[in-house]
Amino acid sequence: MSRRKMEKRIKKIEAEECKYNQIKNSTNVLFNVILAILSLICVIPFIFVIIISLTDEQSLVMNGYRFIPEKFSLYAYEYIISAGESIIRSYGVTILVTVVGTIIGLLLTGTYAYALSRKSYAYRKFFTTVITIPMLFSGGMIANYLIVTKVMMLKDSLWALILPLCLNSFNIIVLRTFFKTSIPDAVVESAKIDGASEWRLFFQIVIPMALPGLATIGLFLTLGYWNDWFNAMMYMDDKNMIPLQYLLIQIESSIDWLANNKAMMGVDGITAAANMPKETIKMAIVVISTLPIIFAYPFFQRYFVNGLTVGAVKE
Amino acid sequence: MKANTQKAAKSPKNGFFARFKANKELLVLSIPGAVWFLFFAYLPLFGILVAFKKFRLSGNGFFYNLFTSETVGFDNFKFLFSSGDAWIIVRNTVLYNFTFIILGVAVPVVLALLLNEIKNKGMMKIYQSSMFLPYFLSWVVVSYCVFAFLNPEKGYFNAIIQQFGGQPISWYTEKKFWPFIIIFMSQWKGMGYNTVVYLASICGIDKTYYEAAALDGATKWQQIKYITLPLLKPVITILLIMSVGGIFKADFGLFYQLPKNSGPLYPVTNVLDTYIFRALKTSGEIGMSSAAALFQSTVGFVLIMIANKIVSKIDNENALF
Repeated sequence: MSRRKMEKRIKKIEAEECKYNQIKNSTNVLFNVILAILSLICVIPFIFVIIISLTDEQSLVMNGYRFIPEKFSLYAYEYIISAGESIIRSYGVTILVTVVGTIIGLLLTGTYAYALSRKSYAYRKFFTTVITIPMLFSGGMIANYLIVTKVMMLKDSLWALILPLCLNSFNIIVLRTFFKTSIPDAVVESAKIDGASEWRLFFQIVIPMALPGLATIGLFLTLGYWNDWFNAMMYMDDKNMIPLQYLLIQIESSIDWLANNKAMMGVDGITAAANMPKETIKMAIVVISTLPIIFAYPFFQRYFVNGLTVGAVKE
Repeated sequence: MKANTQKAAKSPKNGFFARFKANKELLVLSIPGAVWFLFFAYLPLFGILVAFKKFRLSGNGFFYNLFTSETVGFDNFKFLFSSGDAWIIVRNTVLYNFTFIILGVAVPVVLALLLNEIKNKGMMKIYQSSMFLPYFLSWVVVSYCVFAFLNPEKGYFNAIIQQFGGQPISWYTEKKFWPFIIIFMSQWKGMGYNTVVYLASICGIDKTYYEAAALDGATKWQQIKYITLPLLKPVITILLIMSVGGIFKADFGLFYQLPKNSGPLYPVTNVLDTYIFRALKTSGEIGMSSAAALFQSTVGFVLIMIANKIVSKIDNENALF
């Protein structure tokens, strides 16, 4: 019998067993209605933004934001592709920072968590303390800002977007717990007896066995990097190296500025400002900056749920 | 010979080296992470000293500036607390966080219970996925989603208000609405995440408890009251301790991006984090804002210790450490 069939049968048996323990039909309907309304509230605002980004600029100016617009248009997206160099560059920055950051972060979190997960590690206590103290007490925003900009001299460097986010105590603890529960001591011991070094153990045995745990942390990191705007706001003044999320913050002011100062500008400025779909382009950037997450969402969600369950286990 | 090596192993110096040698490889694996913590978590602790200094930046590097600038003791703190802002900022931070802590337990636990009880498990997946979605959006993106509804000229809400003959509302300058908007949006973004945590814990509860209770004629409500909630207590406690420790910290995006940094809203949206950020970025008052940051860290630390102490007194099992 295939595994699927087995699972189906088990589910059926479980369902029958549960029958006497279920809520009344009327209550079930009520619960469904409540949950459906809440689900819609959670999803609709983003769908609304997608609709606005697809609305024709003219009808938007006339009628305001509508769920069913008078006229659809892809102009905002066309504008981004044809004239949005800064937007496309920002996309590149976001992708670069996310990929490099996730790799560095995974490597640092993985090695640290692995060392902590080993019972034979004599300095385990010390290195656990090293990550516990920052959870309880931190220097705060100003101190971090001063160290990153004045001591490490990372202002206007992509490293300022990558390094501050690549490691944190929470991820290490989650992964350590995962290593502890998913890799039996016997496997590690036998590999050691066979003469494997810790390096080989980590890369050839632990990593393949702990893939789900590493994927979880990888997703936490990816999401963190993709959605980060705070570090860019703190450390980035160079307009050529800003990530998408920060561009979204800035575009608000730059578009408003363009709109308000049309009269003050020369002919070029007027035509440029006139051709820019001001309202829809903002929403289009919101959509394209979120699109990768929406596509990866089902995958994201599954691993997040796993990660949270692991993280909730104490010691 | 044998006695000799034994003696050598016992001497502390040799023991240290032997231990070092045996753990060399694992040490190499954990050093890179430790170096990161040294730079990004421990080095900033020196930055705290700025709170006690009349700090000026010059070209000579941070530590030179730190040690040469004039020490003013608690003057920065005095300034901070004598300005009218401090009281409002602390009040906002604490009241909002207090609300978030209560709702952050109540709403997700209720939702997890509802999700767990509904019969159609397919629908359960759909609801769960929809409610989890906002967690994946950044506050910047969320602020645009909200802007679509609250835009004074084109927003959806004002269109509806006008349709019913009302006056359009200038959302981003009217402060009376914002406490509700902020609380609502914080729940909107976070409830899916927390629901999953509680749902996972509920799923982990041994089904036989419920079967036994059902056989004894316990109603659904009694089962929740006497089985589910008590068994959820450990998770709730840990999350509570953590959030109590964070009562002086605020979600920067929520209070800065969502109201679009609008000046008229400061009385209801200014919290410690946004205050510190603005002091740093706009007025350059490094000393006073570090005083605020140190105040924030210290109170947070003390609170987490007290909360943990109380929990360990009541129920040692559930304490954080």
